[in-house]
Amino acid sequence: MKYEILKLLARNAKYSAKDIAVMLGSDEDTVAKEIAQLEKDGFIKGYKAIVDWQMVEDSYVSAIIELNVVPKAELGFEEVAESIMKYEEVESVYLMSGSYDLNVVVKGKTLQDVARFVARELATIDSVTQTTTHFVMRRYKEMDVVLAGDEKDDRGQLFI
Amino acid sequence: MMDYSKAINHTVAEIKPSGIRKFFDIAATMDGVISLGVGEPDFRTPWQIRKAGINSLEKGKTKYTSNWGIAQLRSAVSDYVKRKYSINYQPDEEILITVGGSEAIDACIRAVVAPGDEVIIPQPSYVCYEPITRLAGGVPVIIETKAEDDFKVTKKQLENALSPRTKLLILPYPCNPTGAIMEKEDLEELADVLKGTNVIVLSDEIYAELTFGGKRHVSPASIDGMWERTVTVNGFSKAFSMTGWRLGFACGPREIMDQITKIHQFAIMCAPTTSQYAAIEALKNCDGEVERMVHEYDMRRRMMVAGFNEIGLVCREPKGAFYTFPSIKSTGLSSDEFCERLLYSKKVAVVPGTAFGESGEGFIRASYCYSVEHIKEAISRIGEFLKEL
Ligand SMILES: Cc1ncc(COP(=O)(O)O)c(C=O)c1O
Repeated sequence: MKYEILKLLARNAKYSAKDIAVMLGSDEDTVAKEIAQLEKDGFIKGYKAIVDWQMVEDSYVSAIIELNVVPKAELGFEEVAESIMKYEEVESVYLMSGSYDLNVVVKGKTLQDVARFVARELATIDSVTQTTTHFVMRRYKEMDVVLAGDEKDDRGQLFI
Repeated sequence: MMDYSKAINHTVAEIKPSGIRKFFDIAATMDGVISLGVGEPDFRTPWQIRKAGINSLEKGKTKYTSNWGIAQLRSAVSDYVKRKYSINYQPDEEILITVGGSEAIDACIRAVVAPGDEVIIPQPSYVCYEPITRLAGGVPVIIETKAEDDFKVTKKQLENALSPRTKLLILPYPCNPTGAIMEKEDLEELADVLKGTNVIVLSDEIYAELTFGGKRHVSPASIDGMWERTVTVNGFSKAFSMTGWRLGFACGPREIMDQITKIHQFAIMCAPTTSQYAAIEALKNCDGEVERMVHEYDMRRRMMVAGFNEIGLVCREPKGAFYTFPSIKSTGLSSDEFCERLLYSKKVAVVPGTAFGESGEGFIRASYCYSVEHIKEAISRIGEFLKEL
């Protein structure tokens, strides 16, 4: 049931314990307790809204930065990843397989903000040997939610 | 001047177009309507099935197939119905691939029914059986299934409906709109009544994969003594979310299938080729996809049943298909009134039970082929509607 609860909350964090209980054929109390436990154990890290920042007046820019890093003998990529994720500008940090090592998503108000951050803060880290910056031009889908254009219900008018 | 009333077949002219058509045409022109009306899945056809269709086109498989359908698909159907419902049909001469379950139903009724023959039709049920019977010159004999019997056909009802003129019994389970299913014991009782007669059974099992609460669908043909009299109709529309592909099948003893296939051969030639290739993939490799969709329907089903009961409409737990069939008797409104007023005041579209036969009076059909969020919003609006009555 843990897994089912997580799947439902990941789909819509606003489902109440009661909703989930009904959907899974359980009772509200049990589900509420499970959710509390999942939060306590760290399976659920938090809840936040999926905002379409493109619609908000204040401008919003983000970029994906590919970093090539020389790993440290003992710590591997941990040390540099940890120092990068401390920045407020950094939305996510992933260790990657393939032609580069760390994938860093950086956000800012303007292109200049982001470029400056990369140049001053990321490129200057000792073990970083190369940065490649890709600016996001348009967001079509974010965390499973379609942002660009509605997915219309195109079922016909056949009602029976 | 043409006098069309003289030109047109009077049997056709007398068939009423679906009464709710006009009503839903209105709904379609209104802004902000949320519907619980449609009877088709919201899921897209699983990608691998679409891909199989595309592959067949890329390979240039664009010709007619055999009248009976592609041999490989018939073979897959044979394996599938054996694996799922423990019924045995030979791919040759016992399985016909059709244009949806719809064509299978039409051809079966036409193959069996001659003018004056009686066809027993349980209602509330899907809308096609009665008009097709009339087109064949048959006489519909309606069994009104009851909420207190969980909308099953009882032994007694069948005994009362049978006459020397009975040719065909329709078994529409899992049932659209009631969500009822027939279990093994229920079917055995009917089999008992039919024993020794020449009555054929048309079992419409289009919702067979959509059963809930651990109840698996039981095919009438798997019951002792029933195989020889049963035509099993199924299809891809509901289980595999393939409504637009127009593909189904009929299985039965070759003495009947030969006749059904004559009608199919002359009226249709063969089912759509692309769809047939896609369907092979569906039957062979999509159990997981179907399971995922059934799980999703199940959650929505619970949500909807709980929702209706909470706002004060008594709603039994449907065991199959993807509809709930709550009672609106507590409102004192007729089904038509209820649906019309609900549409105008709260912009929610549901189908009056009477669309499925007179015995549907006092009920509405609400489909749960919608997201949980959509269902919650619709139920909350219906709740407001009830408060304002
Ligand atoms: C009970 C029943 N039988 C048959 C059909 C027709 O399905 P198909 O798309 O296979 O023609 C439907 C469609 O709604 C149905 O509800």
